[in-house]
Amino acid sequence: MTTPSNTTTQVSLPSDTEVHVTRDFKAPRALVWQAHTDPALFQRWIGGYPGWTMPVCEMDVRPGGKYRWRWRSEDGNEFGFYGEFREVDAPDKMVQAEFYDPGTFGGAMPTTPTVTSTKFTEQNGITTLVVVITYGTKDERDAAISTGMTDGMEISYARLDALVAEQQGEATAESV
Amino acid sequence: MMTAAERLDATFAALADSTRRAILARLAQGGASVAELAEPFAMSQPAISKHLKVLEHAGLISTVQDAQRRPRKIEGARLGEATAWLEEYRQFWESRYSALDELLSELQAKSPTKPAKSKRPPRRTR
Repeated sequence: MTTPSNTTTQVSLPSDTEVHVTRDFKAPRALVWQAHTDPALFQRWIGGYPGWTMPVCEMDVRPGGKYRWRWRSEDGNEFGFYGEFREVDAPDKMVQAEFYDPGTFGGAMPTTPTVTSTKFTEQNGITTLVVVITYGTKDERDAAISTGMTDGMEISYARLDALVAEQQGEATAESV
Repeated sequence: MMTAAERLDATFAALADSTRRAILARLAQGGASVAELAEPFAMSQPAISKHLKVLEHAGLISTVQDAQRRPRKIEGARLGEATAWLEEYRQFWESRYSALDELLSELQAKSPTKPAKSKRPPRRTR
């Protein structure tokens, strides 16, 4: 698979409570929007971790509509997110207010929601996604980022390894 | 002594300014004196010195004490620490978005103009 160099995720921290994530996709905006709002499609990319399934992916994509996502590991552990769509302006922008559901992992439940705003813009067939995640406090934000360095990262590293292996497999197949 | 969390705070606060990022980019190419660093910016040397203090407090740069011009040099370790912290989080998103790339090209290959949901199972098991 050939990927243009600008399709690499960029992350920055514009303020104490925010995370800014941006990424380009070689696809029309309507399709990228669809992949974010159609539960069957969303489920296919948001959490394809090895050893984890996503038994719950419910999304009522309209202003005030609720959503619930839950992941389950082979050994029966679960965690998830749930929330409400605050703004739905297809195919430009969506804003979600989200809570972490610790499931079987336990841990403190934040009292204020994490607000995620996702903007979709298209230019020359490239869709740019700009995600701004605003946490209730700086500590919550830092914890969310640091989660990646412990348990969550093993999941995503395994996922990344699988992807790299897949892409290398494809590259080999293509070059033969 | 700063804790690891305090160090990260100081580092990211220092990096939150475009002038300071430009100074770091300049120092990444080699040590430079305050006068040399002030030159490309429309700023006085005292103003640049303030930025250098913030960078030095964050451990991102240091002053070469035994040289006459007291040039500043970049301290890669601290920048590396901050980058690593965010890089793992970035890779988490990148892995999701790589999966989305794959889904999008699959959907486009099926129907370039009118994307439709696939009845066929994905090409690979996940």
